[in-house]
Amino acid sequence: MSDNAVLQMNNIRMRFGSYYALKGVTLSIRRGEVFGLLGQNGSGKSTMIKVLAGFHQPEEGSEIILWGQRMPLPLNQMDIKTRGVAFVHQHLGLVPSLTVVENMRVTALGQKNPWFVSWKNEAERVSRLFAEFDLAIDPMATVAELPPVERAFVAIIRAFEDLRASDAGYGGEGILVLDEPTPFLPAEDVKRLFALIRSIVKTGASVVIVTHDIDEVREITDRVAVLRDGELVDILDTKTSERQTILDTIVGSRIDAFVKSRKAEARPTTVLARGVKAGTGQAFDLDIGEGETLGVTGLIGSGFATLPYILYGAKKGVGRITLGGVTVDLEKISPAKAQMMGIAFLPGDRLGAAGVGSLSVTDNMTLPVLGNHLSPIGLDRDSMAREAARLSEVYDVRPLRPEMMLGSLSGGNQQKVLLAKWLQIKPKLLMLDEPTQGVDFGARQQIFKALDRATAEGTSILCASTDNEQLEQICDRIIVFSKGRPVLELKGDDITRKAITEACFYSETNHAEAAE
Amino acid sequence: MTTIDIPVKAPRRSFNIKREGERFALVAAWLLLIVIFGSLMPDSFLSWRNFSTMFGSQAVLVVLTLAIIIPLTSGDFDLSGASILTMSSMLIAVLNVKQGWPIAPVLLVALVSGALIGAINAFFVLYFRIHSLIVTLGVGTFVNGMILWVSQSQTISGVSMTLVKWVIINRLFGVPLAFYYALILAAVIWYVLEYTIPGRKLLFVGRGREVSRLNGINVDRVRAVSFIISGLIAALAGVFYSGMTGSADPLSGLNLLLPAFAAAFLGATTISPGRFNSFGAVISVYFLVTGITGLTMLGAQAYVQNLFYGGALVIAVSLSQLVRNRQPQDFS
Repeated sequence: MSDNAVLQMNNIRMRFGSYYALKGVTLSIRRGEVFGLLGQNGSGKSTMIKVLAGFHQPEEGSEIILWGQRMPLPLNQMDIKTRGVAFVHQHLGLVPSLTVVENMRVTALGQKNPWFVSWKNEAERVSRLFAEFDLAIDPMATVAELPPVERAFVAIIRAFEDLRASDAGYGGEGILVLDEPTPFLPAEDVKRLFALIRSIVKTGASVVIVTHDIDEVREITDRVAVLRDGELVDILDTKTSERQTILDTIVGSRIDAFVKSRKAEARPTTVLARGVKAGTGQAFDLDIGEGETLGVTGLIGSGFATLPYILYGAKKGVGRITLGGVTVDLEKISPAKAQMMGIAFLPGDRLGAAGVGSLSVTDNMTLPVLGNHLSPIGLDRDSMAREAARLSEVYDVRPLRPEMMLGSLSGGNQQKVLLAKWLQIKPKLLMLDEPTQGVDFGARQQIFKALDRATAEGTSILCASTDNEQLEQICDRIIVFSKGRPVLELKGDDITRKAITEACFYSETNHAEAAE
Repeated sequence: MTTIDIPVKAPRRSFNIKREGERFALVAAWLLLIVIFGSLMPDSFLSWRNFSTMFGSQAVLVVLTLAIIIPLTSGDFDLSGASILTMSSMLIAVLNVKQGWPIAPVLLVALVSGALIGAINAFFVLYFRIHSLIVTLGVGTFVNGMILWVSQSQTISGVSMTLVKWVIINRLFGVPLAFYYALILAAVIWYVLEYTIPGRKLLFVGRGREVSRLNGINVDRVRAVSFIISGLIAALAGVFYSGMTGSADPLSGLNLLLPAFAAAFLGATTISPGRFNSFGAVISVYFLVTGITGLTMLGAQAYVQNLFYGGALVIAVSLSQLVRNRQPQDFS
């Protein structure tokens, strides 16, 4: 196994208080392979990476062998870096208001003269580096101007450059560690990212990629280690393993994917949107039936993602919306007014826009229903806590401690809290923006079931997403957007992951041809 | 401050010695300070007279601290608080003494001036989207100039004895009434922040502007109201200030800005750690004042005040960072 291992992590044990996050995990990474680290939220995969990065100090007896040499514990962060292990963390570590070159220079090792930086030369050098990987990114652009996928490229290339600059004379390659680089990227950008990873591997480097997306693992990795509850369950050869096998290994017991029973009969229409304009596109109409789940999707920039924001009054828009006999002009609608009409909206940015991480689950959950907890002497804090505990139990929020800060829960549990917050008001229309981004498989199915229950009670759902698997699982109908307006509709049995992907690209090209 | 009482299945929040220790550490430190100074100067320091003077005279600082914790809760700094205080006390002196107005309308004008300056702060912060730190610094300095102008840089004394009587002379249990006014105000603010819907909205706006906006809270209105109320309470502190001394001088009230911020941040480490809270603020003010009074009585020089307040601000913020596990602060 460890014939040409570049990195061995033996019997890694990591304790937080009395809780073992890693219970003796042993891995080895071979030269020039793409190694996946897979597991649910809280399985220990991120902890593993943080041990390697020197953020966490493992227990006695843990052993890290890099290029055949045993590293002294505790690991020194700088030491690891100069020996050719580079990390790209989920949030990339770029400063959005600075240029690409400036960001590239921040961490670069081996600067010749620390007192003078020739930005012109640097820019050329960075351009050349991008050109090596067939990337056309303007080095003088600020990071904020780049689309998300190019930001990821910049962070990855920067890490790759660190590998080269490091004194990994031990073969001259190094190990690139990517911690969940894909959850914010749409499908076609993930493909570009993988192409970049493959070309990096061709230079002789090894890549470790942490993820919980099984399809991605199957596409890019050679081998995958599956962690569960801090233990290594198995190391699988990706090429020869079935999707279901990997899935079952992750979960332990078999969890069946949620399957929606799509109803064929016509429904009464409850939501009518008329003359809506998303961005610069033409005006269009949109109807949603009672209890119907409508998905909107498309390529990034095609306008589908802003639709819920416009209908909710969170972004400026044009048109009218009719719901429950009330018609409101979208230029005048505000989130407060939308709520009064029975519209709820769960934005994709969980702790930036949907909930406050530094306040408790109780505080977050009860925000839209504070009026119900009003007693003659003010807010009844006991009743708020009771209601939050009840909802946490119904939606299986773990741990079941509503006084905990929202930010200290895992992503999936945060989303359950935020979903419970809106579903308790029984909205007529619930709008979702990427509702299960960064949520593990088990929690996703729970969220899908909760949404299904809500639709059974008559709530209509509008879900904006680029996650085709999710759309396939929950939607009754899908509308594909291109150039700011709907171009294609998928219904009933036509809804499959493949069909959605094809529709996205088909509509784009078709539209372009039609325009010419 | 939340007491969690959940029936049946949900785990009951048990008594946690560490958490309770954190909540009352400052109270313990205050008592310790009293014990130390008391054992050094049993006759002078431990006298009821000394304590009643301390409680009464520092009510102004308490009220000013309460004024600034409201915008701090909604995520804004109000550096103009001390200027509003001084402006209000100067208006009282000028209108009451120089112009001979009766005291009741004078007080009304003083309070309205505070609310007005708060509204001006709100306008510049919200309409032009400028950071509150800059706007209130500028507006505060502008107001300082106005004070020197209307007072012609003079101290004006001889303010209505009715006001003085109701602030400092009339006592309950030997402590001037001003102290009780401050406590009542603290209780009102605590109630509003913890047990009313506007208080919840204030807290959410302070913690997450975008979250609040998408939850249908009118963020700009909440922030504007918090600036106006802050101005109003700061002006009330000015009323107590002129009642305390029977006069107004154009400068000394301005020195209260830093102590107020020190007390507000120190207050956020106690009672309900991690949140600006009114009783924490009250305790912090008296903790700081006890320290300074004790040191002064031991013969320390005037510069001790600055050492103590300045040091306390930095230490208080450092402590509150430890409470938050040293997460970077984001006030914008």
